[in-house]
Amino acid sequence: MTLIKDSGRVSGPYNLPDERGHFGPYGGIFVAETLMEPLTELRAAYERYRTDPDFIAELDHDLKHYVGRPSPVYHAARLSREVGGAQIYLKREDLNHTGAHKVNNTVGQALLARRMNKPRIIAETGAGQHGVATATVAARLGLKCIVYMGAVDVERQSLNVYRMKLLGAEVVPVESGSRTLKDALNEALRDWVTHVDDTFYIIGTVAGPHPYPAMVRDFQSVIGREAKQQMRELTGRLPDALVACVGGGSNAIGLFHPFIDDGEVAMYGVEAAGDGIETGRHSAPLSAGRPGVLHGNRTYLMEDEDGEIIETHSISAGLDYPGVGPEHAWLKDSGRATYVGITDAQAMEGFHTLTLTEGIIPALESSHAVAYAIQLAATMRPDQQILVNLSGRGDKDINTIATREGIRL
Amino acid sequence: MSRIQNTFAALRESGRKALIPFLTAGDPTAEFTVPCMHAMVAAGADIIELGIPFSDPMADGPVIQRASERALAHKMSLRKTLALVEAFRRTDTVTPVVLMGYLNPIESLGYRTFVERAREVGVDGALTVDLPPEESGELLPLMLEAGLDPIFLLAPNSGPERVQEMSDLGRGYLYYVSLKGVTGASNLDLDDVERRIRAIKEISSLPVGVGFGVKNAEMAGTIARFADAVVVGSALVSQIEAFQDSPDQAQAQIVDILRAMREAMDASAARDA
Ligand SMILES: Cc1ncc(COP(=O)(O)O)c(C=O)c1O
Repeated sequence: MTLIKDSGRVSGPYNLPDERGHFGPYGGIFVAETLMEPLTELRAAYERYRTDPDFIAELDHDLKHYVGRPSPVYHAARLSREVGGAQIYLKREDLNHTGAHKVNNTVGQALLARRMNKPRIIAETGAGQHGVATATVAARLGLKCIVYMGAVDVERQSLNVYRMKLLGAEVVPVESGSRTLKDALNEALRDWVTHVDDTFYIIGTVAGPHPYPAMVRDFQSVIGREAKQQMRELTGRLPDALVACVGGGSNAIGLFHPFIDDGEVAMYGVEAAGDGIETGRHSAPLSAGRPGVLHGNRTYLMEDEDGEIIETHSISAGLDYPGVGPEHAWLKDSGRATYVGITDAQAMEGFHTLTLTEGIIPALESSHAVAYAIQLAATMRPDQQILVNLSGRGDKDINTIATREGIRL
Repeated sequence: MSRIQNTFAALRESGRKALIPFLTAGDPTAEFTVPCMHAMVAAGADIIELGIPFSDPMADGPVIQRASERALAHKMSLRKTLALVEAFRRTDTVTPVVLMGYLNPIESLGYRTFVERAREVGVDGALTVDLPPEESGELLPLMLEAGLDPIFLLAPNSGPERVQEMSDLGRGYLYYVSLKGVTGASNLDLDDVERRIRAIKEISSLPVGVGFGVKNAEMAGTIARFADAVVVGSALVSQIEAFQDSPDQAQAQIVDILRAMREAMDASAARDA
């Protein structure tokens, strides 16, 4: 271990993963042989283009003019006053085109797909946000797009299914296993194995085999890089704490990564505690799971005593995943980041509080981060600062929320 | 010599090729598996690949996915799969048994416990679909030490260096995945497979089996002309699915398919001799 655990500081600049995609014991490449070659090809392409000035210029241009970056940092002054503790700042990823952070990554991977001459794009999606963000960039670049989505999610996220279809994507309901996000990922991997020659698989979070966790992180790190500069401009210093929700972990790592070497900045990842960790009905592998191998990497998983993956539960479809990006597993073990749980009920409370005090309707995923930030702020002084990643807007969740509260729209 | 080596040596002696059926442990019930394994041997199987059920079989097509689901529905597990091998070994001490599955159940049991228990009950080899050589640094030495043969998969897009690497690290036989796709797919190009097998045999002296998409006796007979083993999975498992409620019928169908394959393979070997 190269990390000094008790101080929470990395010795030497942080530079994981290693060349084989390992974050300590986590990450790596655990796939069937047929995927080894396309992963090697992807790694080579990514290594080449990530430092290529033309690629970077095109990516920056698209992030600015198509996505609408930089996204603002907003001081939630009224919310902070109500809580009566630390100042809460919001990184407004909800203001991006398509309404969430997911598009930062799909814009990047789609540019890569085009440079690799792959005319066919596939993706998995849970809530449908990543599916929509993928269908969006595919439409713009004229690429064929197929989105795998668990049959259960197709049912409960019908609005996003329709959005994807409007954008020209084919949405394939997945009937195997638990018929949710993890099964959609399996099915996308099966599609990729069958069409390796012409297909680019855009994974939507920092999971999957190397280089995905590192590549998706790099595309999402624009969040943290901007935020660092914006906080300095706004407040003259770095925040005391970062808070982000963790499904697969892409919005969280995007915010955290540029701050890893700034040991004075605490980092909190918020998992979905569902009905409560103690009930077993949750989606919190870092809080209540153990290490294992799924979807191409080693990480913390929700599994039974036989190593079978178990069903997860969260009010928010985007957090309903039994694994988590391997870099978070490493940040947890090293002590650099802390992972906590927020229940469905607490997330709902956070949702309403932010909506009523600031006029910002957050996604249910992001509401988990908001709810924890409110708890944390109450334990801190008013001259301290918390930066929350507001990963998405709540329009997609209005039906879920109304139903839960017994309201028929 | 390992049981797998013995088997291939004896086959070579008699000018025949190995027939390797696959079934998922506990599909559709735990009671079905061991009698079916014996029936497979009686029908001409030389080695048996026994699938460890997994909740997320990402390299498998729908037929074998559903086999896993049926087995997991009544809590089949790696531990119980090992117990089935133990039961099989009470009356068959000759036929090699290779476990085929995904890494997580093995990690969950613990590598050391797995290899010790596997050796104890009489497992001969293990094929872990999602464990490429790059990540096998910990498990491989434990397997070799215990005399368990690591079986590696080769794909149509595995380059010569990888064939060499698998050949160096693997034992028992190499398993050539005959197409880019999942198990049970149907777009096999046998001429292409033949070219690949010949190229692999230039590099490796291990026996080479062909699997993924072998559907009938005719294909088995053709493959037996150039490969050392024919692996058949989905074609058998789909019979289990079709006759879930009448296990005797399912077993009879499997036996018929294997007999026909055996015959076709032996006929093509005799023709070449
Ligand atoms: C708004 C929003 N936030 C967060 C997530 C969770 O994903 P991740 O943990 O990769 O950021 C999702 C996933 O759908 C989402 O839509």
